[in-house]
Amino acid sequence: MLICKALELQQGDFQLSADMQFEAGQVTALIGPSGAGKSTLLAALAGFLAPISGAVLWQGRDLAKDAPGDRPMSVLFQDNNLFPHLTIAQNIGLALRPDLRLSPAEHAQVSDVLARVGLEGFEDRKPAALSGGQQSRAALARVLLADRPVVLLDEPFAALGPGLKNEMLDLVQTVLATSGRSLIMVTHDPADAKRIADQVVLVANGHATPPADTSTLFANPPKALVAYLGAGMG
Amino acid sequence: MIRALPGVLSAALVLLLTLGTLAAVFLRADVGSGLSAADWAAIRFTVSQAVISALLSVLFAVPVARALARRQFRGRGALITLLGAPFLLPVIVAVIGLLAVFGRNGIVNDVLGLFGWNVSIYGFHGVVLAHVFFNLPLATRLILQGWLAIPAERFRLAATLNASVWRMLEWPMLRLVAPGAFLVIFLICLTSFAVALTLGGGPRATTVELAIYQALRFDFDLGRAALLSCIQFGLCVVAALVVWRMSIVDAMGAGLDRVVQRWDLNRPIWDYGMIACAALFLLLPLGMVVLQGLPGLFELPQSIWAAALRSILVAVGSAFLCAGMSLALALRGGALVAVIGVLPLAASGLVVGTGAFLIVFPFVRPADVALIVTMLANATLALPFALRAIASAVADVQADFGRLAQSLRLTGWAWLRIVVLPRVRRPLGFGAGLAAALSMGDLGVITLFAGQAQETLPLAMYRLMGAYRMDAAAGAALVLVGLSLALFWIFDRGGRANVDM
Repeated sequence: MLICKALELQQGDFQLSADMQFEAGQVTALIGPSGAGKSTLLAALAGFLAPISGAVLWQGRDLAKDAPGDRPMSVLFQDNNLFPHLTIAQNIGLALRPDLRLSPAEHAQVSDVLARVGLEGFEDRKPAALSGGQQSRAALARVLLADRPVVLLDEPFAALGPGLKNEMLDLVQTVLATSGRSLIMVTHDPADAKRIADQVVLVANGHATPPADTSTLFANPPKALVAYLGAGMG
Repeated sequence: MIRALPGVLSAALVLLLTLGTLAAVFLRADVGSGLSAADWAAIRFTVSQAVISALLSVLFAVPVARALARRQFRGRGALITLLGAPFLLPVIVAVIGLLAVFGRNGIVNDVLGLFGWNVSIYGFHGVVLAHVFFNLPLATRLILQGWLAIPAERFRLAATLNASVWRMLEWPMLRLVAPGAFLVIFLICLTSFAVALTLGGGPRATTVELAIYQALRFDFDLGRAALLSCIQFGLCVVAALVVWRMSIVDAMGAGLDRVVQRWDLNRPIWDYGMIACAALFLLLPLGMVVLQGLPGLFELPQSIWAAALRSILVAVGSAFLCAGMSLALALRGGALVAVIGVLPLAASGLVVGTGAFLIVFPFVRPADVALIVTMLANATLALPFALRAIASAVADVQADFGRLAQSLRLTGWAWLRIVVLPRVRRPLGFGAGLAAALSMGDLGVITLFAGQAQETLPLAMYRLMGAYRMDAAAGAALVLVGLSLALFWIFDRGGRANVDM
């Protein structure tokens, strides 16, 4: 279980407070207006931003001293998820060996995971030779291979068209959201949350509300959510 | 992210060679007898030739830049590229070319001789001529950048208002850009020892740097050499501080290939005449280097090849060291590194050399360490240029991929090997090429240290000129410029090959 305990974050003049817990095996969507601090919260969980007070706890242990790479989390960023000068196999192999000295068995693992995201035989291509959707699949494959218990998604599919984005969200749900993994994803589109999230955290006005069940929340939205969704929706 | 040690070592080496040599010079300076009349004359000469050189360079650059800014013609791109070339051209090679045009038996005197006149290239006007040859291209690029930075819409606006483009747009731009160009060139002319060594000399045309050289090499008066070094340092610091306060436009940048459409062009002869004059002034000496150098190749003494090999070794060593130090400093980052990166700009090669001489002299024979000291000094003096290219590329890599690498536990040497090196290869190759070419042509520190057995190619060439073996010297010049450009090309190419970003 991942816990934000009285977390206070600051970036420039911007402040955000969060106090909540993320259960294992749940898909949680962070929604809210742009600039509200969704990505800031994610950065704090991942270890890129030290909180001014409070703590991030994993299985009861404070993660404050753990570098981003040592935390039980994988991250997919908005862009630059693949190194353009490395092949797809190398990009994915980084999940197993950061120094890229892979054994034959590890190479086989890379090929297996590529097959699972529908990219058989793409090992030796460079990212530029792949379409946007295929690049997203390759990045997902690396997260899958890293096999960490928490996955943080910072709108990695925002640049894809709506059809492709839904396809990727479904792939995330079927491939990643299994075996008790927790997913926390940032989105500004309520439809994304409705599509795959079990619960929703609303980030607005300098505060992140604790997770609420997705269907309950949208059926009976609180004031801040109504303000964000606009009068015509909700 | 990367281990700090290489960055600390690089910073230490730069500090040792800039501030350390300076400290050595200060400690040893012999102020007892004060400045002699000859010293004052050297100071006056140094400052006045630099002022006149910078002034003329900027004055001539204005019409050339104006012509290039508003005329489109075949070969314009090649000419602008050529304007960048003097930076890589060994000073002594250019001097040989200038001698072939303006020297006693040069083209100009051949023509003037028909009327019974002649001009001498030695002394004040020779030094100024060489400085204008080197810095007219730089001034032109700086001012051309200013011209092209004027938005096209302003020209359209001026055209619709029927207003004077010169008064509304061009004069205000020049008032911003020209003083900066003047100061940069003034600073360069304060520290161009090789020009003064070859074309100056005598009581009326000795720069402070030349006086340092003479005090050290001929009189072996270390106290006086140190005192003169302090004066040279003072001159450079004052000039550098003034330059620092002005923001200088980047002359190495690209984007000079466009021409703004204008509606006030009625006298093409004037523009094309200026361009032709400038091109002739730059190309004629270079052409003469090739023309006289080719037959000279057969006159080369055997020792030239050994000197060439030494120069290549020093240049390659200096290139790797400079690129390595730049990378280490760029990875470390921070304000202190930024300061260290510009320190060598204010350093004079001769002051660094004198300081290094004073440091090593009690322990070893200076000639024994001539090549290694030259290599270290050259790497340090080229550092600001290489660092500027490399630091921004490293910053980009960190901004784009730093977090991804952290989350993948891709740190330390793996981060350097797998991500940074492949992604900064281009600027790294460019920086190394720059350092190699600058080191290859250097005729500064080496003159203070070398004996017969340690001479580099520029020094061997200078000695041939001193022995009036001008044919052999021209041959050596051709070899030198060929090797400089080849080294630059190989390093730069190495950074570009098989890169897909």
